[in-house]
Amino acid sequence: MLSIVDIDYGTPKSTSEKTVALQIDGRTLNVPEGTSVMRAAAQAGISIPKLCATDMLEAFGSCRLCLVEIEGRKGYPASCTTPVTAGMKVSTQTPKLAEIRRGVMELYISDHPLDCLTCPANGHCELQDMAGVVGLREVRYGYDGANHVYAETKQGEANPLFVAKDESNPYFTFDPSKCIACSRCVRACDEVQGTFALTIQGRGFESKVAASQDNRFLDSECVSCGACVQACPTATLSEKSLIDKGQAEHSVITTCAYCGVGCSFRAEMKGEEIVRMVPDKNGHANHGHSCVKGRFAIGYATHPDRITTPMIRAKISDPWKIVSWEVAFAHVANEFRRIQGNYGKHAIGGITSSRCTNEETYLVQKLVRAGFGNNNVDTCARVCHSPTGYGLKATMGESAGTQDFDSIEQTDVVLVIGANPTDAHPVFGSQMKQRLRAGARLIVIDPRRIDLVRTPHIKADYHLKLKPGTNVAMLNSLAHVIVTEGLVDEAFVAQRCEPEAFTKWRAFVAQEKCSPEAMAAQTGVPAEAVRGAARLYATGGNGAIYYGLGVTEHAQGSTAVMGIANLAMATGNIGREGVGVNPLRGQNNVQGSCDMGSFPHEFPGYRHVGDVATRELFEKAWGVPLLDEPGLRIPNMFEAALDGSFKGLYIEGEDIAQSDPDTQHVTAALSAMECIVVQDLFLNETAKYAHVFLPGSSFLEKDGTFTNAERRVSRVRKVMAPKAGYADWEITQELARAMGYPMNYSHASEIMDEIARLTPTFHGVSFDTIDRLGSIQWPCNEDHPEGTRVMHVDEFVRGKGRFMLTEYVPTSEKVNAEHPLILTTGRILSQYNVGAQTRRTANVMWHDEDRLEIHPHDAEERGINENDWVGIASRAGDTVLRAMISERMQPGVVYTTFHFPGSGANVITTENSDWATNCPEYKVTAVQVTRVSQPSEWQKRFRTFSNEQQALLDQSVDTLGQP
Amino acid sequence: MNIERLVAMANDISNYFAAEPDHAMAVEGIRDHLTKFWDPVMRRQLKAHVTAGGDGLTPLAREAVERVVVSPN
Repeated sequence: MLSIVDIDYGTPKSTSEKTVALQIDGRTLNVPEGTSVMRAAAQAGISIPKLCATDMLEAFGSCRLCLVEIEGRKGYPASCTTPVTAGMKVSTQTPKLAEIRRGVMELYISDHPLDCLTCPANGHCELQDMAGVVGLREVRYGYDGANHVYAETKQGEANPLFVAKDESNPYFTFDPSKCIACSRCVRACDEVQGTFALTIQGRGFESKVAASQDNRFLDSECVSCGACVQACPTATLSEKSLIDKGQAEHSVITTCAYCGVGCSFRAEMKGEEIVRMVPDKNGHANHGHSCVKGRFAIGYATHPDRITTPMIRAKISDPWKIVSWEVAFAHVANEFRRIQGNYGKHAIGGITSSRCTNEETYLVQKLVRAGFGNNNVDTCARVCHSPTGYGLKATMGESAGTQDFDSIEQTDVVLVIGANPTDAHPVFGSQMKQRLRAGARLIVIDPRRIDLVRTPHIKADYHLKLKPGTNVAMLNSLAHVIVTEGLVDEAFVAQRCEPEAFTKWRAFVAQEKCSPEAMAAQTGVPAEAVRGAARLYATGGNGAIYYGLGVTEHAQGSTAVMGIANLAMATGNIGREGVGVNPLRGQNNVQGSCDMGSFPHEFPGYRHVGDVATRELFEKAWGVPLLDEPGLRIPNMFEAALDGSFKGLYIEGEDIAQSDPDTQHVTAALSAMECIVVQDLFLNETAKYAHVFLPGSSFLEKDGTFTNAERRVSRVRKVMAPKAGYADWEITQELARAMGYPMNYSHASEIMDEIARLTPTFHGVSFDTIDRLGSIQWPCNEDHPEGTRVMHVDEFVRGKGRFMLTEYVPTSEKVNAEHPLILTTGRILSQYNVGAQTRRTANVMWHDEDRLEIHPHDAEERGINENDWVGIASRAGDTVLRAMISERMQPGVVYTTFHFPGSGANVITTENSDWATNCPEYKVTAVQVTRVSQPSEWQKRFRTFSNEQQALLDQSVDTLGQP
Repeated sequence: MNIERLVAMANDISNYFAAEPDHAMAVEGIRDHLTKFWDPVMRRQLKAHVTAGGDGLTPLAREAVERVVVSPN
């Protein structure tokens, strides 16, 4: 079922700038060339009956309802497949058309159940609407003949055409008895999602929709994106939540709180209850598409595990005390002031959240800098994209991606390195697949054979299956080929880049040691493939690089980001549509949390705390003196906690005990602190070490903005009251007040107004502007009043682009006899990050445990079979997972995800980090894998500790006297 | 803080800048990086370590740390 409010124009919008004049029902209309007659009519408010057409999909012309008459043409062409032509005269309503349409509907309805009143689509069913529109009054064929509706014939025999309802998918049902074989679901799966899981099976009257080889939906290749459910004109595919709750009465546009794609959704509501989430067709990032997480996995927001009252305790071995907000705020303020009194001003700090809004992030860093009086603030971007900030700032002058997602429509060569968009950024992954199916070439640089390498109608031209930890070697080899084979865009470089730096860089990468042949031993990739890929990227037209955490989470993460920027600059692939350097951000607001001054060395807008003018600006605005020296990064905080100089931490919406590397080191640091304050939805792993729990609000419970991977600032809108009473920004504000630093915002928009006032790239951003434009890509200011789609157009933000030297320095994490395999980590589609949200939804039906992927050769050598328990040991720790034998892996490399805390993936990862930013080297850990029969010692301790903490939560004492 | 860890981090930085053919620029690059991104406590500790002999530091890192300016408290 489509959204309850959107108008469906029947066929996609034409992008042509040329217009065509035609007449429809006597009205003269001007529409872009390439528009269908159906859409031209719809744009003028003339509705032509239709069933198989919808504007998310290409015209199909199968239902025969949208027929029209066109002067001078024979017959009755379908308006959906007929493009407009100049001077065309169209009639949409004639007696003959009425007769044909009624006849068509009569046939449809003769094979359709007449249970409209109890049908979930009732009132929004397109078949029902069309029956009304064409004036269907009788079905002369009766209902007793061959049909797909009834399980049994009149004679009591089994109906061979009948297929029972498939309820296997946790989020939607498939009821073939209501299917009209319009193919909208099949086409949505093909054209929009690109999974090709659905098909029309059989011919003629036996045609039916089937998932994969006539499997149940859950057992098929379906990835549960829900595009088919949205496209279905009847109740054949229906959300279970819609079936349970009935139809929504209003909808609110908001932004998804999962990955960095930042999809726009309509939350369809009944009062304060969500009926369903429908991706917004006008959403600039997603254009009406979504994935299984954003559309369906929202049940965590109302999960019984949510903690909705503040709690405190003196020691982590004590039961929690439920207290009022006032008591909690006073307690935190007293504790933090006590710690600062005893150990110094620098003994406390804060961690902002990449899952919270810009406004909330901004307030936490403001509280730390102005209220705590130090710069000990950091964010989880430290452990994901901090090298992006460093590397892109150094080379191009701005810590952000250069394009919007739609730029890929103009891309000729897509280069994906260290990213797995179909799993981690699925909606953009689908858009990328659309472009690849339309003919763009593809280079994948990844140690694993990710889905994109070979997926329906897509095959990578090059898959450079390199060894983990050799990105910089690979990027230097690509650069070597470009420089030594004369593929540099000399004009671009001469005009746009610093000549001295370029000369130095050219000489550096031209060295024989950087050649693909010399580096092959390091990367494990044949030189000829590297040369081919370099030539393709440099000469294949518009080249766009997309990268992710497989680039940043290395000892040379920042070097690799600079290497990527070097490649783009050397080939002139910067500063226009279709090209660029595009970091795919992990969490929803990673970009925003970085923009908002979450790093210890930077104020909002990436301005160093040592910059006098900027500091004075903030001192004046915030009314307190501010420090000019950087503070502690997250890993530095742990080190400082262990040496006894750092004692208090305010953590908003992060779970460092699960997500940060070397878990045992992290928990030792947490255990050494005196006051840990966790603000979250759930008692997460970090909260088990906390002394204060402040219940936060989900994205559905507050107003604010998120900034996605495209620098796109979109509104988050409150659709229900906060379960614990406060939006997260209000909690921070109250905490600041309790600590004696006044904050007086009455609405999140006032915080954005302050951000805009103090940050040049945000000068033009306000809630009103976002409401007017739908979303805004920063920079948005006097020079760019409606934002900036493509950056560095005429010149780089820093003026001239700067080539950086990128020497390959092999990681110190090396395989040896004791640890002969390399472990690398990643994500899968159905789960999100630490899993705190998605583990509390039915998404566990796709992934209910983290597995160790291992190549058959490595498995055989160790006597490991599928599903065996295997121990994975590194120099940091060990854990036990079940094995999954997979040829996606290369021999010598094993892989796991980190979505479940008990998996202990980060017990194994080490303290190694990026040289520039301390981003952990999650992607390279030397390990040994062996068959085992029981959990690791860490896992046993983890289980005991978790059980104890759950018991302490269950024993919590209510000091408020409520039942 | 754990001095071995600080030494390892400083060495990582120096390994990046080692590619710079102009020695003075390499030293300045490291010094600038430490000044811009490291908390003064860490810089102070590393400087003290250099004064005490600078065990484990690469020569380049040591040279840069010597040039780092940090307030005494």
